[in-house]
Amino acid sequence: MAVAGTSWGRYPRARQDIVPLHWRDAPLPTVDGSMLAYGNGRSYGDVCLNDGGTLLHTRGLDRYLAFDPVSGVLRCEAGALFADILDFVVPRGWFLPVTPGTRFVSVGGAIANDVHGKNHHGAGTFGEHLLRFELLRSDGTRIECSPTKNVDLYTATIAGLGLTGLVVWAEFRLLRIAGPWMTQETRRFASLGEFFALSAQSERDYAYTVAWIDCAASGGAFGRGLFFRANHAPATTAARASRQRRLVVPFTPPFSLINSFSLRAFNELYFRRAREGHAIVCYEPYFYPLDAVGEWNRIYGPRGFLQYQCVVPSAAAEAAVSELLKRIAAAGSGSFLAVLKVFGDRPPAGILSFARAGTTLALDFPNHGAATFSLLDRLDDIVAAAGGAVYPAKDARLSGTRFRQYFPRWQQMLAHIDPKFSSGFWRRVME
Amino acid sequence: MKRVLIIGATSAIAEATARIFAARGDALFLVARNAERLQAIKADLDVRGAVRTAIATLDVADFTAHRAIVDRAERELGGLDTVLIAHGTLSDQRECEGSIDALRREFDVNALSTMAILTMLANTFETRKAGMLAVISSVAGDRGRQSNYAYAATKAAVTAFLSGLRQRLAKSGVDVLTIKPGFVDTPMTANIANKGALWAKPDMVAAGIVRAIDKRRSVVYLPWFWAPIMLVIKHIPESIFKKLKL
Ligand SMILES: Cc1cc2nc3c(=O)[nH]c(=O)nc-3n(C[C@H](O)[C@H](O)[C@H](O)COP(=O)(O)OP(=O)(O)OC[C@H]3O[C@@H](n4cnc5c(N)ncnc54)[C@H](O)[C@@H]3O)c2cc1C
Ligand SMILES: NC(=O)c1ccc[n+]([C@@H]2O[C@H](COP(=O)([O-])OP(=O)(O)OC[C@H]3O[C@@H](n4cnc5c(N)ncnc54)[C@H](OP(=O)(O)O)[C@@H]3O)[C@@H](O)[C@H]2O)c1
Repeated sequence: MAVAGTSWGRYPRARQDIVPLHWRDAPLPTVDGSMLAYGNGRSYGDVCLNDGGTLLHTRGLDRYLAFDPVSGVLRCEAGALFADILDFVVPRGWFLPVTPGTRFVSVGGAIANDVHGKNHHGAGTFGEHLLRFELLRSDGTRIECSPTKNVDLYTATIAGLGLTGLVVWAEFRLLRIAGPWMTQETRRFASLGEFFALSAQSERDYAYTVAWIDCAASGGAFGRGLFFRANHAPATTAARASRQRRLVVPFTPPFSLINSFSLRAFNELYFRRAREGHAIVCYEPYFYPLDAVGEWNRIYGPRGFLQYQCVVPSAAAEAAVSELLKRIAAAGSGSFLAVLKVFGDRPPAGILSFARAGTTLALDFPNHGAATFSLLDRLDDIVAAAGGAVYPAKDARLSGTRFRQYFPRWQQMLAHIDPKFSSGFWRRVME
Repeated sequence: MKRVLIIGATSAIAEATARIFAARGDALFLVARNAERLQAIKADLDVRGAVRTAIATLDVADFTAHRAIVDRAERELGGLDTVLIAHGTLSDQRECEGSIDALRREFDVNALSTMAILTMLANTFETRKAGMLAVISSVAGDRGRQSNYAYAATKAAVTAFLSGLRQRLAKSGVDVLTIKPGFVDTPMTANIANKGALWAKPDMVAAGIVRAIDKRRSVVYLPWFWAPIMLVIKHIPESIFKKLKL
């Protein structure tokens, strides 16, 4: 029976049949209509939704198949969560090669969106660390894909938005670490120019770089923000262990708690109170500050919110980011969570990989209906003119025309899509 | 290091429990019908740190096969410290109303097989004067309801059996734990569409099982709030209960 399902942005809503998967030897269910794998629903829009069809819940596929503590190669079922993998590997001296800003994503979801993290400039996307995986197709075939075997399907499945079939298990290489600690440095910057200078000078010596930008600032404060750069700490670091404390937003308030007033006040406070300088922190608060507040997506109220994450090529980056920020500030919209990062220049792992050379900007918008949608369309005009792209993992409203512009190799996907697999996102952008 | 035998090891609750044992470095002997699934669980538990895992297939309805399996577990692990009995089927109430064969099958799988295995184990544990017999019954066994009284009766039988066995073995220092989960989101309950606030995840229930085993408890409701709920349900007078929709 169809049940309502949502993604992280709580928009759009979809109804679909849920089939929980538990065993990797089991065949796919026979269904009327289409199906789609659903990992942990941490995508914001509809890449993980399939209105009117079936969702295959993969969280029951969370077993390890093999782990080599010497080489750091891990093989696990695709529903395993990064959070659980970290709990297992960090005490053994290993870390995920790439991690997004939440640890509550599944391995399958990380593959299907080819996720990136704060180390993109040095380590690329998650797909670059994938050694092989098994793909189960609706005709019952199981295909092992790797950089040397079934290469076409391998590159179509990485960033393949779940359309090529079900990833059953995957094998990837972990990163050696001395311990759970990070050495972090925080620097204020007063303008976009300063951000780009800091970024360029940090790339070589810091594995992780990212910035928070005050998207509500105007006039002299325009372009101000905080730059965070970090490395895994060496073994000698003396620090006390403290696990992240977790709070939960207990219910959805009847309206969004984020408005232009609360935003301005919050950003001002955050910028002023930030402590510049060095600190040693545990990896959890460093990588996953938002995970400290469970179900924080509820603060945007019952209409949900939209995230907009784009990338603009390096040459046009400063001008385009500045134009985007001005447009957002003028609309009095946007949110506290505005993130800026310079990606590295690396060949993409998948046909539809989002991360590419340039600068990425990500921020949330409370859903105010038509006003929000038309603002995002205007942002698309800027991104498209700069030759950039928008991230499908965060999207719920992109037009087909824009999608095809942003991902010019989209036609190469068509031959690899499983005929029984589809998603709300894909139907929308193929219209 | 504990030596643990798990019957129904492919159950979602049992598997989650086995992961906790494995992470502690226990030795495990896993029993269920499906060999491939046992193999998948074994590989996972080996990665998680079990010092040793062995598997064996058994249909618990085949009573003649029980002895050999228990003996093999004893042999392969060099004795047993803890046994977790977790196998079960959620009986189809309507089918059991129409077919005595179906009703008997449910009793064989859910109740009699468990009692048979416990009878064997109780005797060896009693002479050894140590060990823990932990068995998954259910809150359903606390009171029969029209929607599932066949299943409830099998679990009530198990609960009563365990209560008596516990008294008998207490003198020998052998612990008997009755585990009563409420609604748990597992393959057994996959057909139930709308899972409300009372539903628990297998790993939460597993953590509760391990805690109860460690503390040598006698009866545990999981999650805990089922204890007061069932207290109320048990005390509703029949004259009222028979009119309820429950
Ligand atoms: C707070 C927060 C911060 C984030 N930060 C970042 C970030 O820094 N960088 C970044 O790249 N992303 C980021 N994201 C987005 C997130 O990493 C991606 O959306 C990720 O794909 C979510 O994984 P999931 O397991 O929840 O997958 P879902 O959202 O459930 O699904 C995502 C896609 O994966 C497919 N899929 C899932 N499992 C399988 C499978 N087994 N086989 C085939 N296809 C499958 C689905 O069909 C869908 O297309 C963030 C999200 C949040 C909520
Ligand atoms: N889920 C709930 O809401 C809930 C609530 C209260 C109590 N319980 C009890 O908890 C226990 C575990 O249930 P679960 O929810 O984890 O269910 P599950 O995942 O469906 O597991 C049931 C297990 O029983 C095994 N089994 C069934 N028939 C068998 C047979 N004839 N021989 C051997 N093994 C058999 C199955 O293994 P194979 O198929 O591999 O043989 C499977 O491992 C059961 O006793 C159940 O009654 C569950």
